[in-house]
Amino acid sequence: METKYSKKHLLSLYEIMYKMRRFEEEVFEFYKKGMMPGLAHLYLGEEAVATGVCAALKEDDYIGSTHRGHGHLVARGADLGKMMAEILGKATGYSKGKGGSMHIMAMDKGILGANGIVGGEIPIATGAAYSAKYRMTDQIAVSFFGDSATNEGTFHESINMAAAWNLPIIYVIENNLYGISVDIRDVTNTANLADRALGYGIPGVVVDGMDVLAVQKAAEEAAERARSGNGPTLIECKTYRWQGHHVGDPAVYRERKDSNEKASWMERCPVACFRDQILSMKITEKEVAKIEDAVEAEVQAAVKFAEESPYPDPAEAYTDLFSDL
Amino acid sequence: MREILYRDAICEALDEEMERDDRVLLLGEDVAFIGGNFKTSVGLYDKYGDLRVKDTPISEAGFVGMGTGMALTGLRPVIELMFSDFMLVAADQIINNAAKITYMSGGQVTVPMVIRTPIGAGRSSAAQHSQSMQAFAAHFPGMKVVVPSNAQEAKGLLKTAIRDDNPVLFFEHKMEYSNKYMIDDVVLPIPFGKANIVRQGTDVTIVATSSQVMKSVKAAELLEKDGISAEVIDLRTIVPMDRETIIQSVKKTGRLLVVDEAYERCGIGAEIGADVMDDVFYYLEAPIARIGTPNVSLPFSPALEFPLIPTVEKTVEKVRKMMK
Repeated sequence: METKYSKKHLLSLYEIMYKMRRFEEEVFEFYKKGMMPGLAHLYLGEEAVATGVCAALKEDDYIGSTHRGHGHLVARGADLGKMMAEILGKATGYSKGKGGSMHIMAMDKGILGANGIVGGEIPIATGAAYSAKYRMTDQIAVSFFGDSATNEGTFHESINMAAAWNLPIIYVIENNLYGISVDIRDVTNTANLADRALGYGIPGVVVDGMDVLAVQKAAEEAAERARSGNGPTLIECKTYRWQGHHVGDPAVYRERKDSNEKASWMERCPVACFRDQILSMKITEKEVAKIEDAVEAEVQAAVKFAEESPYPDPAEAYTDLFSDL
Repeated sequence: MREILYRDAICEALDEEMERDDRVLLLGEDVAFIGGNFKTSVGLYDKYGDLRVKDTPISEAGFVGMGTGMALTGLRPVIELMFSDFMLVAADQIINNAAKITYMSGGQVTVPMVIRTPIGAGRSSAAQHSQSMQAFAAHFPGMKVVVPSNAQEAKGLLKTAIRDDNPVLFFEHKMEYSNKYMIDDVVLPIPFGKANIVRQGTDVTIVATSSQVMKSVKAAELLEKDGISAEVIDLRTIVPMDRETIIQSVKKTGRLLVVDEAYERCGIGAEIGADVMDDVFYYLEAPIARIGTPNVSLPFSPALEFPLIPTVEKTVEKVRKMMK
């Protein structure tokens, strides 16, 4: 297969996707062992989306993330140890244990916060885009959200304003088909969610969300459009979440229409397929294995750091409410 | 000193802060071309331009949320909600997002955003345009809640609000916009969390908010003719609340009346009353009293609306009863 991307770039995409995968497999383990408080909304199966989109961004661009946000953070190079510590509710976590899995914020990586409210982050990311335009920087914002968020008012309100004012933002729908148990096709009467862009006079792009290079290509075009002052793009990435809404959700609703649904999506595993793809492009098994070993070491170090970290002092519950109190 | 309309004092505060700091911008419905529904931003659009004084679509959740995004990325937005009742349309963005992000991030970020919005009944605006949302706002952690009384207070407190690094809910009283006040030539920012004793007294403490402060001063003047000495405290900010000034005053007077126009149920009066009971119960010489809006939706007809609004007369009557 031909590609314009360098070997180094392809390996870096694989590294990020593999890191997301291994990180979340460890989160899953923590959850099963009862070591993780709260809920884990895993990104397993959707790795190509965040990886492809973030590959098109610059370091100081902004990301609005969701309750299923681990992948977005990994794609932006967030510290795995601080992420894992936050997920376990430890004092050394990104938010000192006050945010947890659903609210990890890494402002140093441009992450404006993972958001526990469906559609909650869309206007916030849009405001960051307005801010970039106002400050006349070259920054853009990306707003990630699931298929279900496209039925929230904030989605429509935000895109309408961004389109009217040519804001530098990319709206990325991670269409994994389900809002908890409800099939998006049962509650929405559009063939593609990206068709909704038509109503706002902006491009709507449908892309195979299992193909990291296809996602990157779409994101690059949208980023170029945003940076050159031509406004937002709505990208719909067709993908699939391997787990239920959260770990512990048996996801029985999946088999209602197609008993082979999960299996057929899993056959197209974005990580394994991309691995095969790059091995067919003059990248050696040895080179891939070297990356996998390095990721494994990083993930294990993060696990160790999180496990060994202390829980916060109860008095910490009263800090950080206001900046000055 | 000079005379000024309350609405113009608000506009001056916005103008002076925008002049001082180019990170400050104003967004909301009708704030730009016509200078605001209550004319609180007249002239700013011409002076600062379209990107800085922005007419938004009618999308409250959208533009309040955008304010948070701006605040997280280096700006200091002032958002106008045309009526405080409309806070509820944007409640998720205010309460679950703006107010919580600093905390959820473990203090990594701050949200220096002001939401300005009018409260109050008295214009036959009926149930969806007459409410006073300050007690509602104060219930949730993470927001500062400001209830300025007169023009001087509105200007000084708004300047502080814009300079504050946290989300501030700034409640202007819609019946005050056209009122004239004498203010200082230069109004300095007024610190949050410091109540203002506007009138000294020895028999009863009246803690009031917003336009009830001026009404309470009038009530105190009437009560003086009866030989009753009322101390009037302008609370200024509900969050943070200056409990100390209230406690010290009640220790002196032995009586407490709280006057706040929001619904009386679960309101500011109950909050302050419980605090005073906790701290200085044995100083009390009469039961704590409160005046608010009764727990009915505000009606349209003036004949129905007016009797529900806290007035000078109601305050006088309540204090007389407390003195018996």
